[in-house]
Amino acid sequence: MSAPNELTTLTAAQMAAAMAAGEISSAELTRAHLDRIAATDDQVHAFLHVAGDAAMAAARAVDERRAAGEPLGPLAGVPLAAKDVFTTVDMPTTCGSKILAGWQPPYDATVIDRLRAAGVVIVGKTNMDEFAMGSSTENSAFGPSRNPWDLGRVPGGSSGGSAAAVAAFQAPLAIGTDTGGSIRQPAAVCGLVGVKPTYGGSSRYGVVAFASSLDTPGPLTRTVLDAALLHEAMSGHDPRDSTSLDAPVPPVVAAARHGDVAGLRVGVVAELSGEGYAPGVLSRFHEAVELLESLGAKVTEVSCPHFGYALPAYYLIAPSECSSNLARFDAMRYGLRAGDDGTASAEDVMSLTRQAGFGAEVKRRIMLGTYALSSGYYDAYYGKAQQVRTLIARDFSAAFDQVDVLVSPTTPTTAFPIGERADNPMAMYLADLCTIPGNLAGNAAISVPCGLAQEDGLPVGLQVMAPVLADDRLYRVAAAVEAALDQRRGHPLLAEANGITADREAGR
Amino acid sequence: MSITRDEVAHLARLSRLALSDDELDRFAGQLDVIIGAVARVQEVAAAGIPPTTHAAELANVFRPDVVQPCLGADVVLAQAPAAEQGRFRVPRILTED
Repeated sequence: MSAPNELTTLTAAQMAAAMAAGEISSAELTRAHLDRIAATDDQVHAFLHVAGDAAMAAARAVDERRAAGEPLGPLAGVPLAAKDVFTTVDMPTTCGSKILAGWQPPYDATVIDRLRAAGVVIVGKTNMDEFAMGSSTENSAFGPSRNPWDLGRVPGGSSGGSAAAVAAFQAPLAIGTDTGGSIRQPAAVCGLVGVKPTYGGSSRYGVVAFASSLDTPGPLTRTVLDAALLHEAMSGHDPRDSTSLDAPVPPVVAAARHGDVAGLRVGVVAELSGEGYAPGVLSRFHEAVELLESLGAKVTEVSCPHFGYALPAYYLIAPSECSSNLARFDAMRYGLRAGDDGTASAEDVMSLTRQAGFGAEVKRRIMLGTYALSSGYYDAYYGKAQQVRTLIARDFSAAFDQVDVLVSPTTPTTAFPIGERADNPMAMYLADLCTIPGNLAGNAAISVPCGLAQEDGLPVGLQVMAPVLADDRLYRVAAAVEAALDQRRGHPLLAEANGITADREAGR
Repeated sequence: MSITRDEVAHLARLSRLALSDDELDRFAGQLDVIIGAVARVQEVAAAGIPPTTHAAELANVFRPDVVQPCLGADVVLAQAPAAEQGRFRVPRILTED
């Protein structure tokens, strides 16, 4: 892959500063990113829709507002890639599914609305596992995205297109959604920062629902400060989402600017380690823990005895909610309609449409959820899973009585080759082993890069988890780790991505 | 064997999925493995443990009952698979008998 130019390798904060200083315009910046997308997306396939003219018009509008002296938000004029699960009035919203191919929603998601109001320039919609079900983007009806570190490997998922776009310097900012790890896992395997805010901290209005009690929008970026700036811009109470928390956004930007962990109590989760974890993941993780200790954090081991049951509980709860949520795809009011030949009944048309429009993983999960919710099985499956959810929340509460944050690897392995787990659903589900507990309890969590695994040279993520509405603690820890590792290395981790900085170092 | 091919066929009907025979064969095997794995939740001693349905403990979230504009019929019908006389056109919902 060709090298990105100087504009596209700036951080979002640097881009914003350069625009505020009048050194560059949003139009120039947006053009540079659209050019980068045009030059690389045939290889990366991060985007399902590129906004092109609409993005340029939005950029010029921000430039005009700036020229007129209007007050602008801290990210005004900065390009952003949005996962194709957020509704957008001016772009199709497909959720990576044939059943929504070409659907143009009649309204914007609250998160999109807020970003537009903040002057953020949306350059396109990114690829994802169909309806956010998956950990690799291989479940997209429109083909997989590829990991910019190694084009033969997955970028993670389900927000894999967003992660690939940011790692390939196609956009400095992206938004995704995290239901079981769908922001943190792709961030980890692409060498990025990814945040799942506290559940209810960011609005679900206009986010096509997968599992409503878990779905959480959040940022994917190259730096911790950029994630904090985006977190602040997109979050906050939304009366249109009944689960939105009526509370101030935690002071995430201030925390990201002062990455100080002296005296902070850090708990290493005993259960998220050992068998099934790649050696390189564990080495980098243990080094990150030692680093935190050297920076003054007080590290202890903490046991969360029910975390081992989080994955099975999740694969009952999420499919149950999905089987209900996806019942809305009935071929009547929007989306695909198949088999309507004038003689088929509405029920037949519904079944034929869902058969034609949904991919294998979505069908599996709808049936699994239907099974778990059916009378006779409800108590043994869905009911038990909900009790496990209580026990996991209690594990977190007990842990947060002893420590300020918990840490673990974000994923058990680095990015796996495309196709390796495609026919083995259980193997795919293991990618979310460490991230799911945070979703079940609704607390805040981040993945921040902590180096490359020695066996394959691919990125490893450190996960930091904090109590509900203590999102700022994530940024304190992540900023400290990022600063120390960047200083030790002499450059950001992403500068080592194959095909990107290799080209630059060779002067190409 | 925790789930049979016939049970998967029944689930597919309940789920309004007109699965092919090949899919029934494949999904039966996969769902059997998955259900076997998720059944581990039954190992947890959970007597007396209340269920958690939701991460955020919110109840009775109200908003002021104020009339607000809604989407126009033309906007909504623009994305309909079929429309007729300003309405959604749908397949027949009743059988002959």
